[in-house]
Amino acid sequence: MLLIKCPVCGVEGEECDFHYGGQAHIARPASTDPENISNEQQRDYLFMRHNPKGLHFERWRCDRGCGKWFHAARDTTTHEFKAYYGITELPPKQLMQQATGSWAEYFADKIK
Amino acid sequence: MSGKPYRLPLQNGIGRRVDQTKPVSFSFDGKQMQGLAGDTLASALLANGQRIMARSFKYHRPRSLISLGSEEPNAIVGIGEGAAHEPNIRAGQVELFEGLVAKSQNRWPSLDFDIGILNDMFSRFMPSGFYYKTFMWPASFWYKVYEPVIRYAAGLGVAPDNRDQDIYEQIHVDCDVLVAGAGVAGIAAAEAAAISGQRVIICDENPYFGGQADISTGMIEDKPQIDWVREKTAFLADHENVQVLNRTTVTGAYAHNYLLALQQVSDHDPEMIANGAPRHRLWKIRAAKVIMATGAIERSLTFANNDRPGIMLSGAARGLVERYGVAPGLTGSIFTTNDDGYRTALSLKQAGVGVARIIDCRQQTESEAVNAAIAAGIEVQFEAAISNVETSRGGKSIEAVKVAPYQKNRGRVTDETRIACDFVAVAGGFNPVVNLWCHNGGKLKFDSGLSSFVPDSHHDNIVAVGSANGAMDLATCIDQGYAAGETSKFKRPKTSTVKEAKAESLWFSPASGSDNEGIHHFIDFQHDVKASDLELAQREGYESVEHTKRYTTLGMATDQGKNSNINAMAVIALATGKKLEQVGTTTFRPPYTPISFGAIAGTSAGKLFHPVRETSVYGWHLKNTNVFEPVGDWRRPYCYPKPGESKQDAINREILNVRENVGILDASTLGKIEIKGPDAAKLLDLVYSNMFSTLKVGHCRYGLMLNELGFISDDGVTARLAEDHFLIHTTSGASDRIAAWLEEWLQTEWFDLDVFVTPVTEQWAQFAIAGPNARKVLEHMGTDIDLSLPFMTMASGNIGGFPVRLFRISFSGELSYELATPAGYGQSLWDAIMTAGSKFDIGVYGTEALHVLRAEKGFIVVGDETDGTVTPHDVGMSWAVSRKKPDFIGKRSLQQPFLAAEGRKQLVGLYTIDPDEVLPDGAHAVREVKQSPPMQTIGHVTSSYWSPTLKRSIAMALIENGRARMGETISFQLEDRTVKAEIVDPVFYDKQGDRQNV
Amino acid sequence: MRYSVFSIARNALQYHKGWAKVWRSPELKANYDAVIIGAGGHGLATAYYLAKEHGMTNIAVVEKGWLGGGNTGRNTTIIRSNYLQDSSIAIYNLAHRLYADLSQELNFNTMFSPRGLLMLCQTEHELRGFKRTAHANRLAGLNSRILTTPEVKSLVPIINDSPNARYPVLGAYYQPDGGTARHDGVAWGYARGADAMGVDIIQNCEVTGLSRDGDQIVGVETTKGTIRTKKVGVVTAGHTSVLMQMAGVNMPIESVCLQAMVSEPLKPLIDVVVMANTVHGYISQSDKGDLVIGGGADAYNSYIQRGAFTSLEHTVTALVETFPVLSRIKMMRQWAGTVDMTGDRSPIISLTDVKGLYVNGGWGTGGFKSIPGSGFVFADTIANDRPHPIAEPFGLNRFAEGRFIDESVAAGVAH
Repeated sequence: MLLIKCPVCGVEGEECDFHYGGQAHIARPASTDPENISNEQQRDYLFMRHNPKGLHFERWRCDRGCGKWFHAARDTTTHEFKAYYGITELPPKQLMQQATGSWAEYFADKIK
Repeated sequence: MSGKPYRLPLQNGIGRRVDQTKPVSFSFDGKQMQGLAGDTLASALLANGQRIMARSFKYHRPRSLISLGSEEPNAIVGIGEGAAHEPNIRAGQVELFEGLVAKSQNRWPSLDFDIGILNDMFSRFMPSGFYYKTFMWPASFWYKVYEPVIRYAAGLGVAPDNRDQDIYEQIHVDCDVLVAGAGVAGIAAAEAAAISGQRVIICDENPYFGGQADISTGMIEDKPQIDWVREKTAFLADHENVQVLNRTTVTGAYAHNYLLALQQVSDHDPEMIANGAPRHRLWKIRAAKVIMATGAIERSLTFANNDRPGIMLSGAARGLVERYGVAPGLTGSIFTTNDDGYRTALSLKQAGVGVARIIDCRQQTESEAVNAAIAAGIEVQFEAAISNVETSRGGKSIEAVKVAPYQKNRGRVTDETRIACDFVAVAGGFNPVVNLWCHNGGKLKFDSGLSSFVPDSHHDNIVAVGSANGAMDLATCIDQGYAAGETSKFKRPKTSTVKEAKAESLWFSPASGSDNEGIHHFIDFQHDVKASDLELAQREGYESVEHTKRYTTLGMATDQGKNSNINAMAVIALATGKKLEQVGTTTFRPPYTPISFGAIAGTSAGKLFHPVRETSVYGWHLKNTNVFEPVGDWRRPYCYPKPGESKQDAINREILNVRENVGILDASTLGKIEIKGPDAAKLLDLVYSNMFSTLKVGHCRYGLMLNELGFISDDGVTARLAEDHFLIHTTSGASDRIAAWLEEWLQTEWFDLDVFVTPVTEQWAQFAIAGPNARKVLEHMGTDIDLSLPFMTMASGNIGGFPVRLFRISFSGELSYELATPAGYGQSLWDAIMTAGSKFDIGVYGTEALHVLRAEKGFIVVGDETDGTVTPHDVGMSWAVSRKKPDFIGKRSLQQPFLAAEGRKQLVGLYTIDPDEVLPDGAHAVREVKQSPPMQTIGHVTSSYWSPTLKRSIAMALIENGRARMGETISFQLEDRTVKAEIVDPVFYDKQGDRQNV
Repeated sequence: MRYSVFSIARNALQYHKGWAKVWRSPELKANYDAVIIGAGGHGLATAYYLAKEHGMTNIAVVEKGWLGGGNTGRNTTIIRSNYLQDSSIAIYNLAHRLYADLSQELNFNTMFSPRGLLMLCQTEHELRGFKRTAHANRLAGLNSRILTTPEVKSLVPIINDSPNARYPVLGAYYQPDGGTARHDGVAWGYARGADAMGVDIIQNCEVTGLSRDGDQIVGVETTKGTIRTKKVGVVTAGHTSVLMQMAGVNMPIESVCLQAMVSEPLKPLIDVVVMANTVHGYISQSDKGDLVIGGGADAYNSYIQRGAFTSLEHTVTALVETFPVLSRIKMMRQWAGTVDMTGDRSPIISLTDVKGLYVNGGWGTGGFKSIPGSGFVFADTIANDRPHPIAEPFGLNRFAEGRFIDESVAAGVAH
């Protein structure tokens, strides 16, 4: 039973009070250019997941609290939460630097 | 054996826990016996001369208890009868009560004479893993012959025979400090933490706090340890920051310091149960810090026939005498590797129990305990070891032990002396209880002084103190306890520790002859794993300790290897020439001791298992039918049979009444979500495949929701209440899912939209009134709404005095209204409709009639006609897929090659050639009928009913390229026959929709 | 050494000193014709069939820990083949048929026990779903059928068959020859068989890198040294993503922890395997007498392989509700395995964009039952560098095409 803290309303609660939303920072191609999406781009968006052993950027919803979605960075080998941040926000710079896979590409031009 | 000699005179501190003025009657295997208040079942049985308490798992060897704690592998019994029977309980931890019924397990026909002992006689042919090498011929014999025999012989206790009547509950708490274990170290930690103002929970699995303090030497503040324990326990119990829990085992440590503790509230007292107390209470604890003060478990010693009844741990022998005034026997031998054996010898001697000899594997040594034993006249033999045990026939009672000179690494024994005795106490050193440390991934390190593993690093906020941390002397235990409790202000008490001689470790005591092969050197007692088995596993290449464990079943019994783990590692080390620390340990998994399923279920079983979500007229349904089906969180009436009426007749009657007259359905379970804000229409255009921004205020439109994969996810009718305000309907099971889904998109993708999503399913009661006479019923009730409002429009107003939203929508194809009223008016409005409707013979209908009515009209049900792999095009709803909108959920995926391909399965109607033949649900059509399977299928029936309206069977099906095959006859191959059906349009009734447009 | 009752008797006379090693502990060589990464059931079976069916014996199976120690040694050992989709039926049925003779094939008792498997129908919707599956399975030639509630009760006397239960038992979908096998026996049997044909099984050998030369795989870096090879099969359930990324290949997989537990041993109480999908609990009784209980998967990505309480709690509650006598039975041990979950919850047996790199994973919660079939078709795929016909539908290309293999459609779950 994980202990999770919602960065929006500040409540600290148990895993069953929250809803997990999978990998974070996946761009939806149809939201930007719906006419020009290859089958592979659509596949990557729908299915390809980085799934690292270690630092994982993910989405949660404060289900039984304020109802807001938020981001978290968690280690998948220890369950340690490294950071919580808003659903429209980027992770702390230091974590962006540690990011791997598709996140590293996504964050590359945002680490300033 | 007579019972008398085993209860010692209760004087001079002998039998401190029992009250000789309070006899307690109980039974064991049907035999009436008497113990004393304060006894455990084990001490009372021994006091009655009942030494054998169980049979071992594999070889059915007679066994007695070896310990007084939760590490007990042998003395496992069943308690209680019938539905209240609980199997597999450790007799040494069962507190005796009047009328207790105990039964031995895993024996037939009786504990005394168990036919299973044949396994012991043939044990040589049944080494570890023998079953992997045989029972293979002929192939079917494993399942048909061998396995049933093995299954019958395996297992320990029997399950209760009926539903448990007792209560279980759970409690969720958080605390600053959780102290697991209330020995002196744990008590010190709790006291320090409490004084420094922290909120403390301290748990101990035993009824009494103090751990081993009452049978240990060493003083605190010049008083016996147990006096200090009592004083501090009272202090903790009174302290407002402290929750004191006895009979409570911290069973598991999970992520983020989440711990479970099982409190056995009333197992010891049937009166409490009778008065309504729960049997178990599961504490779910979130602790900022955990102090692990779980103590240490004494090791047994590995010698030939070391499992015989009457061979027990040194601490257990001492505890039996001092706590319960029960002699383990008349005369005992003590086999020791350290000073603990001497303490036991002295204790026995002082209580008047005979001590034949202390057999000490160490070289001659001196210490306070050793000197005291010698001074007391106890014979001590150094550099010696027990090499074997002589028993009566059947191995039920010990007659003597054989003793041989001992030197490390010396092999087979040649000269043995015989020492007559009827019990043996063994002291093999101590293993810290590190289970909790490891449950969530703490690391261990090897302590060569203890020859055991102790806690090392941990990523959680947990500290180990006392003997759990490898501290074996009183002063260090207390120091570590107070330090962990984190207070500097506190003055540590003065302790006096008895200095001990250095302990040795002895992992395998050689024997003479073939016994030296280790074939009777038991390691895991319950599972009958012997030293020879562990060696065999190494020899065969099952070298990883996990392989050894699985091959031999080591540590897989109810005690999970608490007693056997380190001894086994040591034998493996000897067999492979490795060092003990190189062998490693198997993984410690929760729970520390088994916990009841009842406690895990808590109050969530029974009525609260999945609470029924009730519509405002659920009570009315309960009075008018007993045929329900679970739908989402609800139970919906399936149909309303009249007395003597079959379900099918009731359904047909309900349907015809709608078609010919008027029916009423409780549609309150329909999901309702309000969408409000300037961007409401924009959101709906994104989440529905069809267009909603063009919907006029006061109008309704059917919509399809897809998931991002392009498949149909939900459907329903949406009404536009105002320019910026919509009410959407979802299917009954899906309202919560859809509301959450909309919210997710709104927050995570289209967060710039200015719109709110508000689920209002619970706020409105909603009833469908359908049939040619529907309007008459409403007219009769009186209304300010013009009831001639056109199909697919809505209005707000009053009907029969109730505020309503009135929707002219239809799922039956008849003239139909859906009335929604605030849920508080639901029952009254329902009653008013029924009253007004009685004039027109209004009939209530259930979900099955609803389904048939819609099927007659060819309306799909999401979940029947669709299954998560079906697109709008597949079900003939391409009209609901907007081409104008640049984007909506699922749009792009509809273009993925396989979804856009030709020849997909498409929704069609079916008329069976024989109109009376109703196709079974899910029947598959075949490309070609063959004599026998396999046959290639081309699609399946999604809905199939007898239509009382059309007086024939109808079905809907998803058939490969179906729409192009109209008029074709296809074959459904059933178990016993082929059913032929013609592919037709799925709208079977009133294709033009004249009936709903009146 | 051939195993039989006679070899046991003969060895008993010598205190079992004569038994040979069940497999060798060979040194890692520098070159192999193929390397299988992962010595679980699937990897070992792959190696076995590569050697036996395709004559490839100069191969290695490298394993980070001890063989059979991943999900093979952690699952609840259920075997069935009554899936809905044709491609699933094909592979699980192949596995089922191979299981039936596996003990004889391997001369190692894998204890396949076709004692019957029930999937309860506890809502009308679930019943309809299983009826659909039943029709599909019958036409595919499987022996599997719907049982009535009284038939269920006679097979499982402890079941709560009250029509007033919150989720009443409306029937069950029954595969009479479904059942269980001994998970360790399967891994050990395949390991022994492969080893006997010359396959090197290298335990405690962690793969640290996969080397490519352009789009061709050329080697495997391990903690015991570098291997040169032109064919690499990744069979590392739970860790598929991690290994594949070493070769720069992304996977449509997330790793989650699947929960399981056993009760204390009991005398025979439940003879068949019972799965209750609506309430999320499944249960069988092992030959040792423990009730083996499978729970749900934790919601979030995790490689932690440790038992958690959140989902087990729901499982146990459901089981107490379904089998009321279990309330006084106790949980003895709980654990978890890290499993791969693919986008459509069906496995991946596939070639990749890297030549010579093959992947077999994504078995989710259903890996054990498919081991022999999976190994058989994967070996064929590796040996011939093209998908075996049964493996073909499980290729990675299906995700871009939208050609999913969705087993959840008929109310069932893919256990």
